[in-house]
Amino acid sequence: MWKQITSALRLLILLTVVTGIAYPLAMTGVAQAIFPEQANGSLVYVNDKPTGSILLGQNFTTAKYFHSRPSSAGTDGYDAAGSSGSNLGPTSKKLVDTVKDNIEKVRSENQLEESVSIPSDLVMASASGLDPDISPEAAYLQVNRIANERGISENEVRRLVTSHVQVRQLGFLGAERVNVLALNMALDRLASK
Amino acid sequence: MITDVLLFIVFFVLLLLMAWPLGRYMAKVYSGERTMFDTIFLPMEKTLYRLAGIDGAQEMNWRQYAGGLLIFNILGMAAVVAIQELQAILPWNPEGLAAVPFDLAFNTAASFMTNTNWQAYSGETTMSYFTQMAALTVQNFLSAATGMAVAVALVRGLTRKNTKHIGNFWSDMVRSIIWILLPLSIVVSMLFMQQGVIQNLSPYVTVDTLEGGQQTIAMGPVASQEAIKELGTNGGGFFNTNSAHPFENPTPLTNLVQVLSIFLIPTGMVFMFGNMVKDRRQGYAILAAMLLLFSVSLGGLYASEIYGNPITGHGLSEPTNMEGKDMRFGTNGSALFAAVTTAASCGAVNTMHDSLTPLGGMVPMLQMMLGEVVIGGVGAGLYGMMMFIMLTVFVVGLMVGRTPEYLGKKIEANEMKMAIIAILIPAVTVLFGSAISVITEAGLAGLNNTGPHGLSEILYAFASAAGNNGSAFAGLSANTLYYNLMIAVGVLIGRFGVIIPVLAIAGSLAEKRVSPPGPGTFPTTGSLFVLLLAGIVVMVGALTFLPALSLGPIIEHLLMLQGMTF
Repeated sequence: MWKQITSALRLLILLTVVTGIAYPLAMTGVAQAIFPEQANGSLVYVNDKPTGSILLGQNFTTAKYFHSRPSSAGTDGYDAAGSSGSNLGPTSKKLVDTVKDNIEKVRSENQLEESVSIPSDLVMASASGLDPDISPEAAYLQVNRIANERGISENEVRRLVTSHVQVRQLGFLGAERVNVLALNMALDRLASK
Repeated sequence: MITDVLLFIVFFVLLLLMAWPLGRYMAKVYSGERTMFDTIFLPMEKTLYRLAGIDGAQEMNWRQYAGGLLIFNILGMAAVVAIQELQAILPWNPEGLAAVPFDLAFNTAASFMTNTNWQAYSGETTMSYFTQMAALTVQNFLSAATGMAVAVALVRGLTRKNTKHIGNFWSDMVRSIIWILLPLSIVVSMLFMQQGVIQNLSPYVTVDTLEGGQQTIAMGPVASQEAIKELGTNGGGFFNTNSAHPFENPTPLTNLVQVLSIFLIPTGMVFMFGNMVKDRRQGYAILAAMLLLFSVSLGGLYASEIYGNPITGHGLSEPTNMEGKDMRFGTNGSALFAAVTTAASCGAVNTMHDSLTPLGGMVPMLQMMLGEVVIGGVGAGLYGMMMFIMLTVFVVGLMVGRTPEYLGKKIEANEMKMAIIAILIPAVTVLFGSAISVITEAGLAGLNNTGPHGLSEILYAFASAAGNNGSAFAGLSANTLYYNLMIAVGVLIGRFGVIIPVLAIAGSLAEKRVSPPGPGTFPTTGSLFVLLLAGIVVMVGALTFLPALSLGPIIEHLLMLQGMTF
């Protein structure tokens, strides 16, 4: 019995070293050597200063930027050290009210009529609270506002969105989407020209 | 719609193409036959035995096997508690995270040791990199290997005759890790890293966002843990939102790799079973029953999510239920993940199950309640399904008036008693745990949603615990003394309340002789058997849980159609 316990303990320590120290450290070494950019968070830079990760969404509240999805991460949303969904169920009154408010907000911000239906991703919180993407429809719907706000022609903004639509990976995986941070960075470049 | 169906078909095809050779390979590994990797792995295995002072060739009877398993797991659990309590003074803690409160540490340790990976904590604010690696990643490997070992021991019980011996626990576990889990994890984590899953030991990065705000970005050695999280059907996320977090699951392609990784080994083990019993059709029959049940689940979940939520869907364009879903996965990638992770006792999530439509959320719950045998966890799925196979041949035996047999072994009173215990213990845990929670203040205090959805949150929690799944209707505030202890007890009962009867059956089957099939033997390979087996699984689940489900998701669905909110 005692021998079995000491053997078990020794094996536990050995396997901890193999699977819990050697394996993750080796993978970290490999990652830093072969995929340094991805391994460190796919950061993007503006004027050589990191401005975020291309994989993570950010808060955009001002009218001159394309807006991201609602987020439940942290108190103000898009807390990349506190990922979270809303976890509101389908019959939650809070969810119903929030979505209604969001729809009204999107309508008034973009001067849309009641008859225009809104893409649900723009008014419903994502799973991670850090969703970097919106649907192409959700981006196109904001084109008019951005063009007015920035004094750029609507066509130019629309073209910019179109060039940022990511198609389904391998043709059938996932959904069509637009990375909001990449789009807004391109928008800043376009405006500063 | 067409791309959705295409995704599902590609998933099934790729899965079978990969699991089939893996099954043959695993059969060789556990039978000690030569494999192409022996030159690398054999020396590693021998070194481990030498350093640990273990004789990997010594055969064990079922009591010795279970004893070794229990000792090893208890020590492992103690180590996870200890590391969490000491993380403040251990290395690789750039954020200076403090010791984890004891009840949470105990819950986490029990849950990772049992392959549940229920998480009452949020990874990025609670666990240091050292804890994630040396405690949680380690248990991802060890708990998976434990499950695989038990399944292999049971298969040996079915194939051996007139012996008390069912193999050597140490050897089964070490071989699971060295030959199967570790090499696969290395390959899969490389794929993840290429696609953008992070892997570093850096402090969190604070950036000035484009709009001039600040964002602190959590970092860590994610890819290495992510790979084994799926391959070992563990499911414990590095971050709070698990596989929804873009650093864990950055692209639709990683999403596909993740769902495939979750099903790969459990499906491979069914093929392995066919190889080890020298009749591959026996394996095909079991897999057919599993995939039949899974297809119905996936179809139901997908249809319900496409149908959406008529209350919130007003004024929205399709798809209308994006609450709790990330854009890049699409409705198809979200539904597939939710169905896979709960069929396979994994518990990783890329979608907030709490925000699924009522019937869409019932499917994951039901799959866990069925005993995690729809594919099931690594090892656990196969040995769990074996219990239902015993029940099926027993029912058939009653109908034709013969002693039930499986693979030439007579299934008698002792085996039936153990099988029924293994089937009933998780079910009792779910219903009693939920019942206690709905009549106590501490149980109701954690609810995020009220009305029938509140009951669903509680039911889901205990189904997840007893089924060793680990996913959640995460609105439930589970980091309370009450839930930490209740869930910890639930996962322990759900794990060992099944493993010990399974090993007892393995032991008693090994002692029996094998009788050749006669004219009265019920064939366990044809479509009749497949349908009977799937039917028994559904019937036991339905009889046990229908009343509870009626008061939760089913009534919520009806109220949703009437536009009721809570």
